[in-house]
Amino acid sequence: MRVRILVSFKDSVLDPQGQTVKNALHTMGYAAVTDVRQGKVFELDLEGTTRKEAEALVPEIARRVLANPIIEKFAWEILKGQ
Amino acid sequence: MIDRSLLERHNLTEDEYTLIVELIGKEPNLTELGIFSVMWSEHCGYKSSRVHLKRLPTEGRHVVQGPGENAGVLDIGGGQVIVFKIESHNHPSFIEPYQGAATGVGGILRDIFTMGARPIAVMDSLRFGPPDDPRNRSVMGGVVSGISGYGNAFGVPTVGGEVYFDPCYNLNPLVNVFCLGLADKDKVFYAKAEGAGNKVLYVGAKTGRDGIHGATMASAEFGKDTEHKRPNVQVGDPFKEKLLLEACLEVMDRRLIVGIQDMGAAGLTCSTTEMAAKGGMGIVVDLDKVPQREAGMTPYEILLSESQERMLLVAEPGKVAEVQAIFAKWDLDAPVIGEVVPGGRARITFKGQVVVDIPVDAVVNLCPAYDRPIAAPAPPPPAPALKDLPLPADLGEAFLAVLASPTVADKEWVFRQYDHMVQVNTALLPGADAALLRIKGSKRALAMTLDCNGLYTRLDPRTGARIAVAEACRNLACVGARPIGVTNCLNFGNPEKPEVMGQFEQAVTGLSEACRTFGIPVTGGNVSFYNDTEGLSIHPTPVIGVVGLMEDIGRAVTPGFKAAGDAVVLVGESFEELGGTEYLKTVHGLEAGAPPAIDLEQEKRNQDFLLEAIEARLVRSAHDLSEGGLAVALAESAFHDARKRGCQVDLEGTMRADALLFGESQSRVLVTCRRKDAGRLAKLAASRGVPVRVIGRVGGADLAVTRAGREILRVPVGTAYRAWKDSLPAYFKIRT
Amino acid sequence: MAMKFGVVQFPGSNCDFDTFHVLSEVMKRPTVMLWHKDHDLQGVDCVVLPGGFSYGDYLRSGAIARFSPLMQEVKAFARRGGRVLGICNGFQILLELGLLPGAMLRNKDLKFLCQHVYVRIENDRTDFTRAGTKGQVLRIPIAHFDGNYYAPPRVLRELERREQVVFRYCDAGGEVTEAANVNGSLNAIAGIRNEAGNVLGLMPHPERASERILGSEDGRTVFESLILGLERARPARRPAATRRKARHD
Repeated sequence: MRVRILVSFKDSVLDPQGQTVKNALHTMGYAAVTDVRQGKVFELDLEGTTRKEAEALVPEIARRVLANPIIEKFAWEILKGQ
Repeated sequence: MIDRSLLERHNLTEDEYTLIVELIGKEPNLTELGIFSVMWSEHCGYKSSRVHLKRLPTEGRHVVQGPGENAGVLDIGGGQVIVFKIESHNHPSFIEPYQGAATGVGGILRDIFTMGARPIAVMDSLRFGPPDDPRNRSVMGGVVSGISGYGNAFGVPTVGGEVYFDPCYNLNPLVNVFCLGLADKDKVFYAKAEGAGNKVLYVGAKTGRDGIHGATMASAEFGKDTEHKRPNVQVGDPFKEKLLLEACLEVMDRRLIVGIQDMGAAGLTCSTTEMAAKGGMGIVVDLDKVPQREAGMTPYEILLSESQERMLLVAEPGKVAEVQAIFAKWDLDAPVIGEVVPGGRARITFKGQVVVDIPVDAVVNLCPAYDRPIAAPAPPPPAPALKDLPLPADLGEAFLAVLASPTVADKEWVFRQYDHMVQVNTALLPGADAALLRIKGSKRALAMTLDCNGLYTRLDPRTGARIAVAEACRNLACVGARPIGVTNCLNFGNPEKPEVMGQFEQAVTGLSEACRTFGIPVTGGNVSFYNDTEGLSIHPTPVIGVVGLMEDIGRAVTPGFKAAGDAVVLVGESFEELGGTEYLKTVHGLEAGAPPAIDLEQEKRNQDFLLEAIEARLVRSAHDLSEGGLAVALAESAFHDARKRGCQVDLEGTMRADALLFGESQSRVLVTCRRKDAGRLAKLAASRGVPVRVIGRVGGADLAVTRAGREILRVPVGTAYRAWKDSLPAYFKIRT
Repeated sequence: MAMKFGVVQFPGSNCDFDTFHVLSEVMKRPTVMLWHKDHDLQGVDCVVLPGGFSYGDYLRSGAIARFSPLMQEVKAFARRGGRVLGICNGFQILLELGLLPGAMLRNKDLKFLCQHVYVRIENDRTDFTRAGTKGQVLRIPIAHFDGNYYAPPRVLRELERREQVVFRYCDAGGEVTEAANVNGSLNAIAGIRNEAGNVLGLMPHPERASERILGSEDGRTVFESLILGLERARPARRPAATRRKARHD
């Protein structure tokens, strides 16, 4: 099974990288862009894991390692496999 | 099978191909052709430069190892040696600035620690197109981040360097990295595979398809299709490099290996054949044992990959397990991939088949050397006669313009992105005339500097090259260190153009003359040709790195003014010279004329005098006069003073006011001393045949200069400081 | 008896030798290296987590280091009241480990910053500042990419209320200004301690400001404070007065 985990700053935390990209886009004339949040993507290949197990395992990995819960939030999805 | 187009893609000529067939006694297969292609490239084979480089002095009392190894080695006494070299990473840095610069740092670091030395400092010579063009800013931002990202994580201080701007570097930035390492004299290792039966170990990162043909890329002009070459650029991993450093130094410290070579340009090919050739041996390698990052790699790809952070070791069979245990401690594998054998051939197998079987000598030592046609370099654009050059209505404005010109302006925006203090040896921060690194456990210090004014070299290659060496040594003298060795990075255009070869030949002549005058050996370096994009060549840019030694770090001198009332003294003579100056370029928009003249003997006398005066504790501050001349030197001495004291300077004579303020006459240093010492200083100078003149005193809030009693410049230090300080950051302001 | 320091060595530590040098050669205290894969703290009185990039820090600064075998021991040591000092990356690790509250964001200019800064001692009744005085301004270098201190508002209020903020960025005159807060930290925080007071994390590098030849000796205050605190609690080798004097030599 392959899962994708998205880690990004919580809304309450200033994201200067995202702000800088937004400003660059505005400078280039993309006025429609009102906000940019930058984050990280992780793709994990899991072996012998059921969907149910993944639902416990992936958030645990995300919380413990991939994201710092003080400043970051995460979302995840199954890309392929059951 | 091997036709003209295949040869062309390998940057080999038909004559070279004929020679290869003759040397190896057969038609090469594709893999073997690939090997010759990289090993006989300009980058690895120095085929256009070798005949000229022979003229450089390479001998000296400190020399342990001259050119020909990964880096030069000099004995500094006390059982210690220094290992140092410059490398260019110009082409990769244009294609992908961050990774190009980062892997440039990674490569030179490996050159140094391959020899058993811990890298203790890095400096960079960077050249970009003017920063008002966003493309140049983007290249510069990427390069600086790349150097910072790699060096900082690895833990080597980037202690300074130079940044120049000129339109000739628009599409061809220069990224030259100078690294200095320190080792115990009895623990220097060489790239030699000796002893039949000894094992060949592969350590570090796995091999991927990155960087295939990087060495041949660095040996061809850039065209519009450069974009497509992006996959060639390697990606650096400073963390892996740090692990390699510690593990390699540990196996060397315990003398567990026979020889070691990093896999830089031309990767596994270069390291295996060079080590065998230097040891006078042959080598067998089983490519199936090479750790691979990607599936389905061909022998050609495995052998020519330039994946970073890899090394090749040779160890006696009985010591292999111990070596592997040390690498395991640092979480690195060290598989045995081959063996040293008698016979002088490289025999490489893949899936049980012999895929390469060639004499190593042919690959490593028999690359043809070309004495390429030489034509006189294109003459410089003539400068208008001085009488036709208008004197600016407001010299104060001109002064602020020169201070704010990107080449002269403060570079803190760059160097504060570099960790310049890690390893706790950095005694002088970036911005001083030279970097100074204390040697722990002693009173001694090492100094280093990088120099080249490419415009001077464009206008007169021989004089420009002489000045580069002279200025580098002068920078060392300004902090109180004596030069002991030189490395260089010779950045030029396409050597197949006779006028470029003409520039090269004259620059080497100038270097050679200057190094002989100063009595300093050239222990190695790098040549980067083909710095042409879309047919335009860069200014010939022979970057000079000089290392100096100081016996008592307590006597180190800094450029900033020290106390109000101190005498301001100008060492050296000023002439009415405006050709090639930053003033002419910035204020009049001219890159023209003859560069300032240089008398090497006088230069040497001036530097020896300065060192003597510093040792006698007569000097409180010293700062070299370079771009922007006396006015900029006065300003910078005020800026480096924490209290930002100004000065009042009174000059004599009838020279044009702009030449007086901004002329770049050579061999000059601005010194301050206590008023009571001015007489002693003058007397010492007179006895050494050095012209000095007390020109003013430190103090006040302004930088003020009079000529024959009439004021020609008065600018508040604060105003000048802001012009100098805010110029570069203004180009890079981020809006959040 | 002289106190014993231990410097933790992660594979990507790069201020480990610097810290070792200052503790053993400048402060002249017995100092050992503690390898990240080991479990043994070798009986040290104070654990120092040095600067660097612990495990490459590609995920987040200090994110992986906190799972190393040795750090489990350090955590237990801290819980027992042992002194733990985290410098730069060491501070980031202490945050990830949860021994100190908060997190680090990228510097506000999104650039690595290496420069001398001024920090003000906010609390001189700690194991790490007792050799200094409240309000004293120290000149110490920083060198980091992620030093922009963040904590949720409630945590921040608690930190201030309990006087856990030990160092704040300021100008040469001791004023906390926006310009002086170079990395954009909330409340200009440069260093904090835990509630119990035995764990300190700070972004500036005191080991880079402990020798005159390097331009500042202000960083010694941190090490001297530790020595003063721990050695006074034991049979004193020298009278306290002599020690105080020695500090001002």
